[in-house]
Parts: sequence; C-alpha cells; structure tokens
Amino acid sequence: MELVCPAGSLPALKTAVDNGADAVYIGFRDSTNARQFAGLNFNDKRAAEGIDYAHSRGRRVFCAINTYPQPDGWEQWKAAVDRAAGLGVDAIILADMGLLDYAASRYPDIPRHLSVQGSATSYEALSFYKDNFDIRRAVLPRVLSLDQVRGVAKHSPVELEVFAFGSLCIMAEGRCYLSSYLTDESPNTRGACSPAKAVRWQETPQGLESRLNDVLIDRYGQGESAGYPTLCKGRFEVEGSVYHAIEEPVSLNTLDLLPELQELGISAVKIEGRQRSPAYIADVARTWRQALDNLARTPGMFTVENDWRNTLSGLSEGGLTTLGAYHRKWK
Amino acid sequence: MMKLSLGPILWFWSKQTVFDFYAKAAEWPVDTIYLGEAVCSRRRELKPDDWFDLARDLKACCKEVVISTQTLIESEADLRRLRRICDQDEFLVEANDQSAVQVASRHHIPFITGPSMNIYNVATLKVLAKQGLKGWNLPVELGRETLEQLISGLKQEGLDLPAEVFAWGFLPLAWSSRCFTARHYNLPKDNCEFRCLQHPDGMELRSRESQELFRLNGISTLSGSRYDLMRELPAMERMGVNTVRLSPEHQGMEEVVKRFDQVRRGEVPATDPLQLVEAPPCNGYWYGKPGMDLIG
Repeated sequence: MELVCPAGSLPALKTAVDNGADAVYIGFRDSTNARQFAGLNFNDKRAAEGIDYAHSRGRRVFCAINTYPQPDGWEQWKAAVDRAAGLGVDAIILADMGLLDYAASRYPDIPRHLSVQGSATSYEALSFYKDNFDIRRAVLPRVLSLDQVRGVAKHSPVELEVFAFGSLCIMAEGRCYLSSYLTDESPNTRGACSPAKAVRWQETPQGLESRLNDVLIDRYGQGESAGYPTLCKGRFEVEGSVYHAIEEPVSLNTLDLLPELQELGISAVKIEGRQRSPAYIADVARTWRQALDNLARTPGMFTVENDWRNTLSGLSEGGLTTLGAYHRKWK
Repeated sequence: MMKLSLGPILWFWSKQTVFDFYAKAAEWPVDTIYLGEAVCSRRRELKPDDWFDLARDLKACCKEVVISTQTLIESEADLRRLRRICDQDEFLVEANDQSAVQVASRHHIPFITGPSMNIYNVATLKVLAKQGLKGWNLPVELGRETLEQLISGLKQEGLDLPAEVFAWGFLPLAWSSRCFTARHYNLPKDNCEFRCLQHPDGMELRSRESQELFRLNGISTLSGSRYDLMRELPAMERMGVNTVRLSPEHQGMEEVVKRFDQVRRGEVPATDPLQLVEAPPCNGYWYGKPGMDLIG
C-alpha cells in the first residue's frame, strides 16, 4: 500500500518526501482545490521545485483540482488542469464531471484520480467515472464502513485510496452544503469549509465563544479546550438537550485497520491535512511509514506500537481519535 | 407557463400518511410528482412495488411521474433497489447519485438529475446528456447568476435540457452514514426503532442562542429555515426555467401549491407573503449569499 501525504507548502512537501511518503498531493494557490487557505498551496514555480524534489527521489506528486467550477470560473479551472499537465504531475485529482471530461480528452496520458469530492460510494458510481473518464484511481468518501469498503473493493474497476488519518468529514464529501448555508463558501464552490474569514472568537461571562458568520457554534467552559469552529462539530440544542448533535471534534485514525485494508486490496492510504505544518507532516508521515513497512515485513503479525499510537493521538483534534464509519459501532 | 413539481418526500412518513398525501396531491395543480425514497435505506414503509402502483395511479390522474432514487448509496442492497427502479420502461428516474446515472443509462432509461447531483457547469451537462439526461435540478447552493449562465450556455450548445429549481421547503444540505435522529435517542443506526416516524418534519437543531440552524432528518441534514423563492417566479420564467420544485411537508402543502400556482399564472402578485407554519424563510443562495440569509 502506498502512503499519500498532504503538502500545503514546499517545506511540507520536502518533509513528507523525507519522512517516507510514496506520493504527495498539492494544490494551486486559489479556489481550484478543496483546501483554500490564506498563505497555503503552490504557485507554478514552487510546484515545479516540489515536483523536481519528489521525482529526483523516486516519489510522485498529485495535483488536486477538486472543486466545482461554475461557468464564470470554467476558464480558470481548465487553465489549472493545463498548468498541472505542463508541470508534469503524476496524476490530477478531480471531482467535477465537466473537468474530468476535459482532462480525459485533452490529456489522456496523465492519470486521473477521482477526488473524495466526487462522492463515489459504490462500484456502480466508480464504473460511471471509469467508463466516462477512464479514471485510474478513486478516493473513497469517509462514510463507508469497512464491510461496505469490502463490497466496493470487490467489484471496483479502479484502484482505491482510503483516508487513513486526519480530520474527519462525517458527511458524504462533495455533497455537503452546510458551510455555504451558514457562510457564502463551501468545499464545492470555494474549497473552504467553515472559512476562517467567517470565524470570530469572543470572551464572554458565559465562557469563550466561537462563532461562524455570527452563528454560535460552541461555548467553552473553564478548562475545556477549544477547537476550530467547524460547523458540524459544534454543540447545539435538539429537543432541549445541548450536545455535539452532529459529531464530536475527533480525528480519524485507521492504524488498527491496516491489515484489513491491505487484505481488501486497497492501493493507497491517504493522510488528510494540507493545512498542517511541516512538523505535523513529519510526525504523521514517519509514523505511517513505519507502520506500513512493518506490515510489509511481517504480514499476519502486524500490531500497532504504542509510540505510533501516542504520536498520532497527540496530533489529533482534542487528542481523540476514532475509526469513524469504518467501525461498525459507529453505525 | 412554468411547471410545478412536488419533490420526493424527504421525511419518513407512515405508509398511510404517504397514500393520503398523494391522494390529495392528485387533485393539486402540480404537473410533475417525484415518488420514492431518496434518503434512508431503512425507510421501507413502501416497497418499490408500492411506489410503482402509486406512480401508475398518479399517472392515470394526468401527472407526470418520476421515480426518485436514494442519494447516498452504500451497500449492495442499495444497489439492488436502484436496479429494481431502473428495470422498467414506464417512468423517468430521478438520479441522485452517479450510481443511478450508470444503472439508468445501462438500462437506457432516461433520467432527470436531482439537486444533490453536482452540476456546476455546461460541460457537466454535456457529459450527462450523452448518458440520457432529460432534465436537471440546480444544486441548492447555486443561485440566479449561475443558473442564468448555465441556461444561456446550454442554448449556445444547442442543448434542450429543461432546468428545475428547488423553490420551496427545507433544503437538503448533507447526507451521512451516521443517523442523527438515532444519535439523539442514543440508539445505534441499525436498530433505530424508526424514530424518524415520530418527526414528520424533522428535528430542529438550534444554536445555544435558539437560532434555528438545521433540521435533522435521519442521515440527512436540512436547512433550519424554509427556502422560499415564490417571489422569484417571474424572474425564473424570464430566464427560461422549466420547472419549479416544491418539497413536500405534511401540513399546509395544499396552500403552498395553490399559491405557487396562482403566482405562476399571474393571478396573485409574487410579493404577497405566504403565511405558514413557524419556520423562518430564507432565500440567500438565490442571491449568492449564505443560504440562511433572507434578502429583501
């Protein structure tokens, strides 16, 4: 299984490569990708340097162009595909059907990966993307249980990549409009969920409040650790009770599932987090590299070592991790 | 004149409630009715054959009927239901996922895409047209400007693909493998006791300042405010929108349909407010603003 790591900057890319990533995924410095953050991502010059760095060490670079262009953005998104092709990336990660069609007809030789934003959760959906755009690989949304991943993998016409570690989306990706309902930006339109520009922190007599476009997302009592106000991870009131009505702020961690993922024939595990620092990327990449190497050396004998677990817990939201939907209990 | 449609029932209602609802809807001035379970695989008060029987009854009442498919397809059982829906040649299908597009096109069944299909540009519509697309819904987060560009782009391409706009009701905003209704009751999803039946218009999720944010509806999350584009009907007509979609609610629906019908016929000014149940109205998406906003 291949280890695919995020890079939001050239230092992060180099760090990921140095710490064992088989492939690194990047995006351009605009809203053509699903991690549009101020100061993050690559211009063409930096991207070329990064691609050189990775290629000279035998690693690959994927470019994510995985938001959905509207008519007035079509030329810009198409140009992003042209730029990625010109830079010599090893694959383009796409979600929009129109853009997939463009990439497939204009650059048939550059592999296309279906982004998680393409919302493919069944082998019929994967066949649609394979038949129409000849995708080589697809990233599965984080809503499937391991049994369901097994069902998809058994009949999949393409390679599969699954999320292994990082922030957890509990909604089917590519079809979540919660962010644009509260703010004017969503992952699909602008590559942003709960965008930083809409976030406000406020100390009040009731506690520290986090707001998104003025909507109260959470309020923290003394001693509670506050997290970024991703709107689905707030505390809300439903029928008189206040709780994390949608999801707790936890991170996905699938180290325990590695042997099963391998047995299912999964081609790659993906680390979330292009918005993360190089130091974070280093720790995560190194840990997962060790785990994958260990799995390859002693298949059937794989156990999760405590220091891997500790490292990853320390890097997780609220120090908590979950197996997410992969785990039956979650259902 | 623009057509009026009733979208699929997004809530979980008992079989009798569903039959009663459509018995009345048969008399309403709607042109198109979408039937079927679009949200949760566990909602099986009506089996596919029940839906088809209902579809034939409504067709006999001169309604155009489209069979809707599930939005989040996760299991082999979901795919079996999908194939069952596409294994017929009487009705159009509403594809709410690429799985449905794939299966429908394999069966040569023409389809309409629902609002959860990500159609953001003309190139996407061209791809789907080759598969048998006969009409499409604008994704809920897109607004007037994009719609205008899409419709004029289609014209330039010489493609006749009627556009439908979700214009009234709680907006379907997200789908998950987790069930938020079961979560509220501390029940596992697989043993949810079908609690959604107790919430025929979902469960209100409010901020701790009592702001209505969302409606929890099983595995789906809807808007907390009710989208209402009634007064945009004249603009939609000018733009060339073909169909205006109203999303079923278990109370007051007849009044909503009547009022939209009067407005499309120009009998009542579009600005006349529709006094309805408690939820606040919103229309932000239409103006390119946060969806929850109310402009004007």
